[in-house]
Amino acid sequence: MHEPSTPRLETSADGGVQAAQVLGQWTAAQLARPGLLDQLRAALARFGSNAAWDLRGADQLDHVGAQLLWDHWGHQRPQRLELLPAQSAVLERVEQFSSEPPRRPPLGWRGRYLALGEGVLSAALQLREFVRLTGQLALNTLRLARAPQEGPWRDFSGHLYHIGATALPITALVGFLIGVVLAYLTAKQLRQFGADAYIVNILGVALIRELGPMLAAILVAGRSGSSITAQIGVMRVTDELDAMSVMGISHSFRLVLPRAMALAIAMPLVSVWTTLCALAGGMLAADISLGITPTYFLRALPDAVQVGSLVLATSKSVVFGLLIALIGCHYGLQVEPNTQSLGRGTTASVVTAITVVILVDALFAIAFQEVGF
Amino acid sequence: MRDDTMVGIRGLRTAFELPGRTFVVHDNLDFDVRRGEVVSLVGGSGTGKTVLLRQILGLERPAAGEIRVLGQPVSEMGRRGAASRVGMLFQHGALFSAFSVLQNIAFPLRELRTLPRELVLEAAMVKLQMVGLKPEDASKMPADLSGGMIKRVALARALIMDPPLLLLDEPTAGLDPDSSDGFVSLLRALHRDLALTVIMVTHDLDTLFELSTRIAVLADRKVIVTGPPKEVIAFQHPFVHDFFLGQRGQRAMELLREYPFAV
Repeated sequence: MHEPSTPRLETSADGGVQAAQVLGQWTAAQLARPGLLDQLRAALARFGSNAAWDLRGADQLDHVGAQLLWDHWGHQRPQRLELLPAQSAVLERVEQFSSEPPRRPPLGWRGRYLALGEGVLSAALQLREFVRLTGQLALNTLRLARAPQEGPWRDFSGHLYHIGATALPITALVGFLIGVVLAYLTAKQLRQFGADAYIVNILGVALIRELGPMLAAILVAGRSGSSITAQIGVMRVTDELDAMSVMGISHSFRLVLPRAMALAIAMPLVSVWTTLCALAGGMLAADISLGITPTYFLRALPDAVQVGSLVLATSKSVVFGLLIALIGCHYGLQVEPNTQSLGRGTTASVVTAITVVILVDALFAIAFQEVGF
Repeated sequence: MRDDTMVGIRGLRTAFELPGRTFVVHDNLDFDVRRGEVVSLVGGSGTGKTVLLRQILGLERPAAGEIRVLGQPVSEMGRRGAASRVGMLFQHGALFSAFSVLQNIAFPLRELRTLPRELVLEAAMVKLQMVGLKPEDASKMPADLSGGMIKRVALARALIMDPPLLLLDEPTAGLDPDSSDGFVSLLRALHRDLALTVIMVTHDLDTLFELSTRIAVLADRKVIVTGPPKEVIAFQHPFVHDFFLGQRGQRAMELLREYPFAV
């Protein structure tokens, strides 16, 4: 047996004419009960629009229920229809306002061609904006050099703390573990040749020149690049950027410059710190697996790594820092005032920053292959 | 509690813990809303009008007291299909910015996961036009809408499952006088046609007098007076006096007339 509220159809023979009696609560909440709609549709199929319909027994009829009936009747009233006044009002509104929901036109070849063009143009536009941002940063640096007392120094020190100091624990942990892993890996190979002592050279060059700065940059891009984009993007969503423009304060000078400066200074420091932690990990693993004492390791290290490598690693980090800041700010300023765009911008910022860091690192590796050996 | 009580509040106490002291917003507050009424909550800032609305929705828990909505404790509100029991129009619309207008309106129905797509979209189209929007507006994004349209879409979304109870937070705030008038007449027509019970918070005296069948004044941590507009204005209390009989009030009073659809 049904609950009394279950929407259902019953047949009654009314003076020899087959009549459909609509009973129960024909509301969205009831109709949404699993499986019920299929049963109802099967029941509805037994009655055409030429049958007599009696809705007066229904406890409730909302717009969704009326819509279901209206669709079944083929968007017209059946000839014999009994209604209560309230139901009639609901049905009238459905009748008056029923219309096809707009459909998205299918994407043809021409559409795809145009979409491709749009994609290329928007990429070119992004690039142009990025170049503009970089140029503006250079001009603002000059402006700061001329009038240092007007600089956004409080912001700068805040960013320096959040980007640099708070990144120390995580970069230390990751650096240390990578150092351990790398040392164990090379130790296995070197032992085969009896070239145990060369682990200092391999770890020294790999960690100081490449892995240290790179790891630090990737971690900072994930931590700070995303937060820069989100901060600036939220300011767009809440109209704070417009408020700044109205006050005649340049976004580039007040938002981009302090972040770029903070990253340019914090990045090499974080990079050195990561490298040191990775070396410590490598040293420990070398001691355990090959019996190379830390004393020997530290004595051999200066011979293995030239000063040129240190200079290269540090200057590379400055470039990484600037790039992460510029990319973060760029995507932040591109955010449109809605939440979806904010999410998209943050993702794009992190992905782009990490890709660009790796790309630029490869460029450095090729361009400066003679330095430091 | 009478059978036609839509919202019943008994002995409500709301308190916020601030560092060093407790700020009591409501204390031993009793309040009822009956079927078919349009009740406006008014009160100075910090008297907990919006908090009360949020408590009726179950978004905030009172420190003590009982709130029953449609005869059930408010803690039951958040269950599946809550949209068929109560609709809420947030002050800024709270439209999902990632969805188009039609998807926004259809969202509560679609989330039931059992209704077929065509039926859901058709039902949303009907609601879209019921609130006075055009079928062309269906595919627009919330970011492209004017303030008045956002409120209309939000209203259509609140009404998609024909809830008997509708809550409005500042329904006309931020609208220009024309859109505001249009929105008020829309609300009045929907109240009449759909037999809605409405609870609203508003500072706009025009809206207040145009729509309300009853006004409830929150002050001194309680509902100090409730009744038809004329009775409330005659009540002796500094807030009531300032609110209704100040200059602003005098202008709006000229509009005051008996609500034609009083239940």
